[in-house]
Amino acid sequence: MMYDTIIIGAGVIGTNIASELAKYNLKIAVIEKNTDVCEETSKANSGIVHSGYDALPGTLKAKYNVLGSKMMADFCRRLAIPFRQNGSLIIAFDHKDLSKLEALKAQGIKNGVKGLRILDKEEIFRMEPEMNKNVVCALFAPTGGIVDPFQLTIGPAELAVQNGVDFFLKTTVTNLKKTNHCFQVETNIGIFQAKTIINASGLFSDDINNWVSSHKRTITPRKGEYCLFDKQMGSLVNSTIFQLPTVNGKGVLVTPTAEGNLLIGPNSLEDYDKEDTMTSLEGIKYVIETARKSINKVPTSFIITGFAGLRASEDESDFVLGEAEDVPGFFNALGIDSPGLTAAPAIAKDMAKWVATLLNASKNADYISERKRLVRFEAESLEQKQRLFQENHEFGRVVCRCELVTLAEIKDAIHRPLGATTIDGIKRRTRAGSGRCQGGFCSPRVLEILSQELHKDIREIAKFSEKSTFLVGLDKDLL
Amino acid sequence: MIYKDIVIIGAGPAGLAAALSAYENGVTDILILERENFLGGILNQCIHNGFGLHTFKEELTGPEYASRYIHKIEELNIEYRLNTMVIDISNTKQVIAINETDGVITIQAKAIILAMGCRERPRGALNIPGFRPSGIFSAGTAQKYVNINGYLPGRNIVILGSGDIGLIMARRLTLEGSNVKIVCEIMPYSSGLKRNIVQCLDDYQIPLRLSHTITRIHGKERIEGVTVAKVDASMQPISGTEEYVSCDTLLLSVGLIPENELSRKAGVVINPTTQGPFVSNSLETTIPGIFACGNVLHVHDLVDFVSEEAALAAKCAIKHIHGIQKHEKLISVIARAGIRYTVPSSIDPCEVDKMQLIRFRVSDVYENQYISVYFDFERVYHKLKRILTPGEMEQVILPKGWFDKFPTVKNISLEVERK
Amino acid sequence: MTEVGKRQVTCINCPLGCTLEVEIHNDESIIVTGFQCSRGEDYAKKEVLNPTRTITTTVPVLNGDVQMVSVKTSSDIPKKSIKACMLALKGIVVEAPINIGDIIIKNVCNTEVDIVATKEVKKK
Repeated sequence: MMYDTIIIGAGVIGTNIASELAKYNLKIAVIEKNTDVCEETSKANSGIVHSGYDALPGTLKAKYNVLGSKMMADFCRRLAIPFRQNGSLIIAFDHKDLSKLEALKAQGIKNGVKGLRILDKEEIFRMEPEMNKNVVCALFAPTGGIVDPFQLTIGPAELAVQNGVDFFLKTTVTNLKKTNHCFQVETNIGIFQAKTIINASGLFSDDINNWVSSHKRTITPRKGEYCLFDKQMGSLVNSTIFQLPTVNGKGVLVTPTAEGNLLIGPNSLEDYDKEDTMTSLEGIKYVIETARKSINKVPTSFIITGFAGLRASEDESDFVLGEAEDVPGFFNALGIDSPGLTAAPAIAKDMAKWVATLLNASKNADYISERKRLVRFEAESLEQKQRLFQENHEFGRVVCRCELVTLAEIKDAIHRPLGATTIDGIKRRTRAGSGRCQGGFCSPRVLEILSQELHKDIREIAKFSEKSTFLVGLDKDLL
Repeated sequence: MIYKDIVIIGAGPAGLAAALSAYENGVTDILILERENFLGGILNQCIHNGFGLHTFKEELTGPEYASRYIHKIEELNIEYRLNTMVIDISNTKQVIAINETDGVITIQAKAIILAMGCRERPRGALNIPGFRPSGIFSAGTAQKYVNINGYLPGRNIVILGSGDIGLIMARRLTLEGSNVKIVCEIMPYSSGLKRNIVQCLDDYQIPLRLSHTITRIHGKERIEGVTVAKVDASMQPISGTEEYVSCDTLLLSVGLIPENELSRKAGVVINPTTQGPFVSNSLETTIPGIFACGNVLHVHDLVDFVSEEAALAAKCAIKHIHGIQKHEKLISVIARAGIRYTVPSSIDPCEVDKMQLIRFRVSDVYENQYISVYFDFERVYHKLKRILTPGEMEQVILPKGWFDKFPTVKNISLEVERK
Repeated sequence: MTEVGKRQVTCINCPLGCTLEVEIHNDESIIVTGFQCSRGEDYAKKEVLNPTRTITTTVPVLNGDVQMVSVKTSSDIPKKSIKACMLALKGIVVEAPINIGDIIIKNVCNTEVDIVATKEVKKK
């Protein structure tokens, strides 16, 4: 079958493009090498919706950052994605740095960011009582926000599926060729054909690009490590606190998350290994020590987990977006490191427009614009909880105690479009297992539910990839 | 709205003993709320021997100990609901719970007994560097997989933590055919019982590496191995002592944390040292009518002490219901040098019957030192202890007479003294 | 034949875990010191002559309100029989209802000890 478009990569960029492109009458496929969407950089980042003061004016980063930032609240409301506009604070410890803050402010204004203002010490401490006493001034960006990066990826993916987009998971692209009339996408499960290709493959997008384009690209992975804290610490700070940016990026931030935890990180280490998402002793130490400059006490005894993600940084330091000059029909969404998450919905809109225009596609009048209902039991009022129970008794069975996730929600996560097939898939869709006990209580149950609902032997149920199974046998199998 | 005299949250050993004690002391309007599908709590997965020596003068397995209480509960028709999760408690003693048959249940209690037990510290809290592969389990969760569900977590096991849970699981998994390669312990001593070192490690020639910890986890999808290193006196890894141990499973037995999320919701003040509520000698928390006992109050070593504590909590809950608690004055109990914490943290002398028990743990290992108790500045107790370790809960018993002798005492402090 | 000499043994009878010194003499007599109760002395002698243990494990249940029933050896069995005893349990499945004390395997591996249930399992 000839697809109109094949999107390579089901991270936040790929899935958002898919859901936008589905607004046109096109045959679309998304190819993803992992067992689920949102398995790479999209699941391991700060979850920040940047206001846009940090990007260089005139760059694509600046343009799409600000566009994305303006779109985000509405976008998230429509797609039931947890989002909060909590504001960003860029702090300085020396009055000499006031000029740097002013420069950021000016840059932000140039980029179209609204509401930027410099705060004095009194205002800062009124806003953030836990701020380090050495902070003397700060730039306040009220349009800054926090978002759930999993839902920002999964929501659009579900919508894409609801609108007829085919997803091929566990499918790795091994080669890409352009013939006279189409693209041949070689994969481990066979050859796909498409009129156009959208390269949204993150860390490996240079390989994909370099197979067809003579304008060679290089993606250098840059690792960022994080510590996540118990929700008890979730309101230690209200806004997202940044230190002054350096050449290495925005630096270690201290922020609440959209789900109510406290998050610190990332550091920034150039890596050579695109698969190296290991946390390190030095990395975590650096993150904690640097975070200590922002707030008085980093409550390390409340750390519940740490993780690392790899930024897909391109040599030219700006997003590479659009049709490759030398390869008509081949579109790049390449080098999407920060502010990629923020920019995703805006990039998707334009990319869809470009591809649809090239293909002369008409608008899809039957486009379903609402996700299948997503219930977050924990967030509902008591009356609503009772109503949900009356509708489905399985809302009465709590599976994950830390995050109050019910059996009904877990089953739904498995059966909805692009449903979960793994423990991590359940975690990202429902929060089960992401609480303070990190799955200690609920994982035996969730394993059983997955096994039952998917009609799979429980020994085959995995954490994420096929090899990451939990159980090796039953009863006395090993004797 | 349901009205109950006593609502007990948790039907593990603490909850069961509290329920029985309440009934035997005249209050029968009880409701036990349990989130599992069975009564008995953690005892159901503690299938090994060693329970009940004090209470029943015999050595029982965990399930057998639990059944002694469960039988009485069933016999006496004490009301309980299984598969029921408490989702909120208010400071007015309103309990909100939910289950698959009744939906949302709201109960107004005259007294609440907190018996929720504890959870385990996860890998994430230790910041062990590496990927986040599968094959890493906390020891209690692994125990649940094996003993409750009949699932095997792995073939080649490394265990971090030589507390009793780690030791018990070393034996358990070996018996089921797994190969337990080593048990690492960061301290220079094991906090587990000596008998467990013999029966769980020595018996199966499983090496115990004291003063060792895990500095890295290897493997991206399923764990493939760990790096083990020796640590110095300040528990920092010593460079050059690293050793790679291949495995497909890592069990973590690195600490239990009382489960007080609900208590916090009710406004109960939590002791940051124990992560359990501050309680008076009535085992009453800072919210009148809310009592705590068992592991949710402080992590116990012996289930017999849990049952004892729970029985007391129930008796005090009854006094509260009948309005006969006096609440006249509260003497602070202070943990000084060498003492990590005490339970209770305050004593109302009017509630002291013939004697007052104070349970505590020390913060380090002490050999041939004294446990001293001071009533304000007067030392009233000074006992030589051959060995004191943080792994073993200790107690002092203060006779009522001492409270009569010092009617104006403000502080009772405990400390470890050299002479 | 037990080797002559001195050995240290930790008693496992109760949580005290007394360290016992055992002396085995040429005439096969055994002297034990360090015990705080008579069970300790007995244990030490047994431990050097014929060490035994109580084994606890689980057996799958059909049609029960829980998946597994916990079991134990009704008395201690020779240490050297532990492995065989576990193998004897491999493949054994029981059916609910089960009461505490129910015999799962009689005289396991010729030890004259039974495997008995330690948990009540009701029918589903």
